[in-house]
Amino acid sequence: MGDKITSKKLAEVAGVNTIPGYTDVVRDTEHAVEISNGIGYPVMLKASAGGGGKGMRVAWNEAECRDGFERATNEARSSFGDDRVFIEKFIEEPRHIEIQVMADTHGNVIYLGERECSIQRRHQKVIEEAPSPFLDEATRKAMGEQAVALARAVQYRSAGTVEFIVDAHRNFYFLEMNTRLQVEHPVTEFVTGQDLVELMIRVANGEKLPLTQADVKLNGWAMESRVYAEDPFRNFLPSIGRLVHYRPPQGENVRVDTGVYEGGEVSMFYDPMIAKLVTYGKDRDEAIVRMQHALDEYYIRGVQHNISFLNALMVHPRFREGRLTTNFIAEEFPDGFNAEMVPKEDPAKPIVVAAMIHRSYMDRAAHLSGQVPGYGRQVHDDWAVIINGETHLVHVTPADCGYEVLYADKVYCLKTDWSLGQPLFKGTINDEAVCFQVERQGLWYQLYHRGARTDAMITTPGTAELHGYMLEKEAPDLSKFLLSPMPGLLVKVSVVEGQEVKAGEELAVIEAMKMENVLRATQDAVVAKICAQSGDSLMVDQTIIEFE
Amino acid sequence: MQEIIRRLEEKRAAARLGGGQTRIDKQHAKGKLTARERIELFLDPDTFEEWDMFVEHRCSDFGMEEQKTPGDGVVTGYCMVNGRLVFVFSQDFTVFGGSLSAAHADKICKVMDHAMKVGAPVIGLNDSGGARIQEGVDSLAGYADVFQRNVMASGVIPQISMIMGPCAGGAVYSPSMTDFIFMVKDTSYMFVTGPDVVKTVTHETVTAEQLGGAVTHTTKSGVADLAFENDVEALLMLRRFVNFLPANNREKPPFWPTEDPTDRKIPSLDTLIPADPNRPYDMKELIQKIVDDNDFFELQSTYAANIITGFARMQGSTVGIVANQPMVLAGCLDIDSSKKAARFVRFCDAFNIPIITLVDVPGFLPGTSQEYSGIIKHGAKLLYAYAEATVPKITVITRKAYGGAYDVMASKHLRGDVNLAWPTAEIAVMGPKGAVEIIFRADMKEPDKIAARTDEYREKFANPFVAGSRGFIDDVIMPHSTRKRICRSLAMLRDKKLENPWRKHGNIPL
Repeated sequence: MGDKITSKKLAEVAGVNTIPGYTDVVRDTEHAVEISNGIGYPVMLKASAGGGGKGMRVAWNEAECRDGFERATNEARSSFGDDRVFIEKFIEEPRHIEIQVMADTHGNVIYLGERECSIQRRHQKVIEEAPSPFLDEATRKAMGEQAVALARAVQYRSAGTVEFIVDAHRNFYFLEMNTRLQVEHPVTEFVTGQDLVELMIRVANGEKLPLTQADVKLNGWAMESRVYAEDPFRNFLPSIGRLVHYRPPQGENVRVDTGVYEGGEVSMFYDPMIAKLVTYGKDRDEAIVRMQHALDEYYIRGVQHNISFLNALMVHPRFREGRLTTNFIAEEFPDGFNAEMVPKEDPAKPIVVAAMIHRSYMDRAAHLSGQVPGYGRQVHDDWAVIINGETHLVHVTPADCGYEVLYADKVYCLKTDWSLGQPLFKGTINDEAVCFQVERQGLWYQLYHRGARTDAMITTPGTAELHGYMLEKEAPDLSKFLLSPMPGLLVKVSVVEGQEVKAGEELAVIEAMKMENVLRATQDAVVAKICAQSGDSLMVDQTIIEFE
Repeated sequence: MQEIIRRLEEKRAAARLGGGQTRIDKQHAKGKLTARERIELFLDPDTFEEWDMFVEHRCSDFGMEEQKTPGDGVVTGYCMVNGRLVFVFSQDFTVFGGSLSAAHADKICKVMDHAMKVGAPVIGLNDSGGARIQEGVDSLAGYADVFQRNVMASGVIPQISMIMGPCAGGAVYSPSMTDFIFMVKDTSYMFVTGPDVVKTVTHETVTAEQLGGAVTHTTKSGVADLAFENDVEALLMLRRFVNFLPANNREKPPFWPTEDPTDRKIPSLDTLIPADPNRPYDMKELIQKIVDDNDFFELQSTYAANIITGFARMQGSTVGIVANQPMVLAGCLDIDSSKKAARFVRFCDAFNIPIITLVDVPGFLPGTSQEYSGIIKHGAKLLYAYAEATVPKITVITRKAYGGAYDVMASKHLRGDVNLAWPTAEIAVMGPKGAVEIIFRADMKEPDKIAARTDEYREKFANPFVAGSRGFIDDVIMPHSTRKRICRSLAMLRDKKLENPWRKHGNIPL
């Protein structure tokens, strides 16, 4: 089944829907119309030699087909010097939906429902779920039965996946069969309650499948996010390095499949996937809400990761509605992803959490030893939370629940077992569970929640007023030079003149004290001139590269 | 009586207004706060006890007798910072540009004398155009009075200078003798001679910021310990900094309660040292992970970054951390890093702060620029400082401890109290390759032999066992237990008593 053309032919024989099309060369316009009428509109006219969308036309009716064929032929001739055109069914709003099958050596084949994997970025799956929000029972049954027929036809004996492309009208067409366990199998395990790996081993051992098709019941909803070591804010550039901090989420109905650990290395030699994060709920909404919580709790530092992007997908209205296609990411994020796209939630939450954290620090400071008796530190209750130059006045008091924060005439009751220095603030705000990741950088608290980052500084209201006098600083002059930070031997220059480099990219390697030091770009730039060659002995502050 | 009270209120009002609203507005427009605002922001609310509000200058030349402002350009007194007593003076740039008159100096001297008597830190908020030129030698005498007190207070009470405006000429020498200098970016500068004089004498064109701004002094000269973004950040961070320091040299550092368990295991440290001995790793990760609550207050972070210095707490008490940083210059010792660490070690020793030393040092940096600039004497400063220190000294060797640099970095031989090594430690005169090239120079033409010898040398010395067999290290510990072992050692050393022989003072190689 590894070969796509062979498998397609086998599928046709087994009675599985394949994408209708005419793969031989179309003779002329009349021939094109004849074929298209046979396939059914819409159809796609494609140049044989084409690629990248060139020479491709969609025809919705006979007239468009006539017109399109001529244009496609001309375009093909002028672009590729080859005017051969073929015709295929055009799939509207394509979705990637696949059927899990399991077959034993005794001729039993069952299907275990479907998985929808339409959320992809450059053919790399990002989110998978089971069941599909799109399928109805009849389509599910039809797809399942075809998948089983295919497995039978090839005498398949193990776990396998039959991939289909499904159009807007729930027409489905066979794509290919994966003769292995797939990355996204945990979502099927959640909704069927079956351990696919165990079943695989049992059938490999010659055992009979312990269940029949009638025993397969789909319960609830499961969602899988692929956590990648990549920087969503820098065009998803892969990120490598040491996992300085790594703490996966835990809890009921949360499953993390991973091979990494805190202190481990994400190296350039393997797939950038850090983990599969799977959540389960009674319905799709519950699975999504659990996923959001799990993403909030996922604490990764040392390498860049796509948690904020995954979070943005989880709250995306179109995603919530289940209107997915394989073009979802390309359509919704046409220019990539940036920090502004992270959906903002209730702005009061980070404010009250920051206020409580700061108050805890101050209460701790009040227990410092060596205080003058009678003049010890009194922590007051009124504070100002400064975020993005705006001051929010809060009143923070210790309360039975933990801390009570009064902000904008509303009382927030915060309960948590967080303690100073902990990276995860897990607790409740007015009984609603929240999880913030907290880092303290000087006076600023960086709070991460739902993929968004909030920087907050908390001061007394008086200090906040004085803070108003502080000048906004212009961004520092970004250096146009890469200077050698040390005397040493230039081992290599990793870029060439005219090359565009991204922040974090390796520019040069210097050996000093027999140690290699990698110099990286501190910002995006274009290399204008390389001023030193590998093998050169460098002085400190010697220019290695000039940028434009 | 009524009349006196009325005049009192008038004078107080005048003192509070300093150089007047126009000048205050000007100060604000520059993003700077006034002397009083700075004090208010720095201290615990309503704890400032001001002195000498009515002091006026005594100059009668150049029409100065007509221009008098109560307080004379400096606000002095004492206050509480987290309930702990601190003396403070804050120069008022709105009054004669914060220039120093004899009376102004007297006020500073008064708080310093009191601070010495009661044993509490002195914090100076500097914002002064320099000497009050109209007063001539009286002003110079005032400076010297302050200098003398700085020196007498050195090692007795912590002295901290926060440079928040100009500080030029003779004025720089008071901060220079205090324990720490902090600066505010873009609004403060320090130099002995300003850009105009520089231009005349050396024909160099340089701005005040380039010559002596916060960035210059925290990256190039190493004069300042930290640079802060603005007044608010500087003063609030100063509060946090003061929390680490004991009030004087007779006190132990303050205790900050923590819930961080002393026996917290840190499995990720077991993979901190890369398999390749020439690959760097970030020593700061080790520091952050072993200290209480992940809270490390680094000093001079952008200067001589091949050595890391700063304060943290372990089991609630302040410790000084000194650590080689393999990420920068392979963590070698050079002139700048030796000076930086030496001064830090001496501060810790003077103020009863235990020193934790984390060692990964390949040696001293070779080269003409180092030798010509006197690495011999500068490197010896760190050696001297460690050898002289009598506070608890705990050393952990993570990887390389080569040559003389091994001795320097708080080794057993310099009265290290507890010397621990990770299994990855290599304690040797030099790296295996270099050693073999010297010992077996005759075999240099035979690479196979040299390779065999190198392996032999590595086998023998690139581990902690030889040093362990001599008792130079007390134990080999697993990295994940580093925090636990340091905490225990600190507990054991709580009441350490060690005295150096009586002498007037030692003669550190300055």
